[in-house]
Amino acid sequence: MNKLIEILEDIQPGIDYTTCTDLIDGRRISSLSIISLVVELEDAFDITIPAVEIIPANFNSAQSLWQMIVRLQEEG
Amino acid sequence: MLSFSSYFSVQYIFIFFPVVLVLYAVFPQKIRRIVLLLASFSFFWAVSGKLIIFMLLSIIGIHHAGLWISSLQKDCAHILETAQKGEKKQIKAYYQKKQRSAAAFCVAIHIGILLVLKYTPFFSVNINTLLEALNLPQVRIPAFALPIGISFYTMQAVSYIFDVYRQKISADRNMMRLALFMSFFPQLMEGPICRYNETAHRLWEAPKLQFHNFSLGMQRILFGVMKKVVIADRLNLFIKTVFTGYADYHGLTIAVAAVCYTIQLYMDFSGTMDLVIGTAQIFGIRLPENFRRPFFSKTISEFWQRWHITLGAWFKDYIFYPLSMSKPLKKLSSRARRRVGNHFGPLAAGSIALFCVWIANGLWHGAGWHYIFFGMYHFALILAGNIIEPAAARLTKFLHIRRTHFLWRCFQIVRTAILVCIGELFFRAHGLRAGLAMFKKIITDFSLDSQNIQSLFSLGMDKHDFLIAAIGVLIIFVISLLQENRIAVREQIARRGLIIRFSVCYALIMFIIIFGAYGTGYVPVDPIYATF
Repeated sequence: MNKLIEILEDIQPGIDYTTCTDLIDGRRISSLSIISLVVELEDAFDITIPAVEIIPANFNSAQSLWQMIVRLQEEG
Repeated sequence: MLSFSSYFSVQYIFIFFPVVLVLYAVFPQKIRRIVLLLASFSFFWAVSGKLIIFMLLSIIGIHHAGLWISSLQKDCAHILETAQKGEKKQIKAYYQKKQRSAAAFCVAIHIGILLVLKYTPFFSVNINTLLEALNLPQVRIPAFALPIGISFYTMQAVSYIFDVYRQKISADRNMMRLALFMSFFPQLMEGPICRYNETAHRLWEAPKLQFHNFSLGMQRILFGVMKKVVIADRLNLFIKTVFTGYADYHGLTIAVAAVCYTIQLYMDFSGTMDLVIGTAQIFGIRLPENFRRPFFSKTISEFWQRWHITLGAWFKDYIFYPLSMSKPLKKLSSRARRRVGNHFGPLAAGSIALFCVWIANGLWHGAGWHYIFFGMYHFALILAGNIIEPAAARLTKFLHIRRTHFLWRCFQIVRTAILVCIGELFFRAHGLRAGLAMFKKIITDFSLDSQNIQSLFSLGMDKHDFLIAAIGVLIIFVISLLQENRIAVREQIARRGLIIRFSVCYALIMFIIIFGAYGTGYVPVDPIYATF
């Protein structure tokens, strides 16, 4: 989880990722930042994030992102 | 025999819709869904006649393709259960390829039909221009009749196939339910572009009519009729006159016409959406919103998140992200990010995907170079906005301008509205050459002298017409401002007593009757988005 927060802060600083729950719905991160985020997460956690996973439910908070990462790792 | 020119035609509002509503109300649930389906097919038949065959083929096509992809997914899962660990990757890749082929086949047929019916004349004309330049014999230009709403239902069909392929939804065995999802009559002509998981099951449920839904739905329909009949139709004659004979008018007249057209397009399309969503609400169906007060947008990117929302969401989900997430663009994004940083790195890959989105967006609106120019114009604005954002942030900081300040936000809103009006000028113009000539006139032949201002009132709209349109726009602006401040106007009215509710409806009806632009001397605007 710390690694994820580091990546998020590197891509888009100035947001408290431990409490923020509307990253997408509140338009706090842009679609371009999402592209960066996906690329970095894939590299860092050795997963593949298909386009179908790019939905607010998965990207609205660090917690939901973490749940998606764990799930994709388990699915292999 | 009924025939509908739009959802605002007398035949639709006073005959078709009430008859369907009465039948829906009197039958039990199992029959109600059939009533909706038959009404939808009747509506399609009344507008497009035999061309309904294209819609039926599309329904059969996605039904079969969905089941085909689904059976491949089941086979794959079944084989994986007993497969050795080392074999799993290979089996997955094999079935993935098969599923992709099935989905691509079905999508290609849908897009192919759309391309042939809608774009053949455009491509033929351009091929002939090329052949003429090379002194070669020209090809015959065929013309096809377009089934109503083909651009809308094709996108619904493609989204259904992609969603089944991505396992976001299960393939539907019930062809009738799929048929109702594809053809639900209120959304047939101009959308919104719905997703299967949003509406299909609720439509098939055919919920019982409720007074609360009826009341809210009727309010919304009246609001839509007001936008269309009082504002959009009133502006029509002026806009038609100026855009047709633009060579005879000054820059001021053309600029006013561009602003009026932007207002007309918004009032016509969002008014139709109010009628469509209100109609669906009466049946207890919640359709997705297509507008969220777009003229409060501070940037062009935000504008497109608030204007024709379902189209933008479709392009984002089925073109932008799949392209951005493709292997080559991911690699490009990763490398560029390391070299040029967080902002410009993903912009390289994002701009390629964005370019494809805006080419598709321009072409979706119509087969013409001015539509492609319209798409490229918005692509350039969004890209430029992203490129200059870091510099703009530094500049405002240097000048001690607070970006959340009211006046700064007003400046951004006005700037965005002006850019949108320029885009709409090209969108409405009779071809790209006319659009460029009109824009040139605004720049080189613009004067605010009293003679020019007076001449505005002799082009199909007099001072009173302008005043009524302005009052209508002011009413919409005040309601939008309230909604922007999170005040749900309709719900607030619905909570009040019967007298207030009745008074509001009565006032709205009287306003439409007294100030609506209909009868002799007025030409109602054709449903603009129904032709896309």
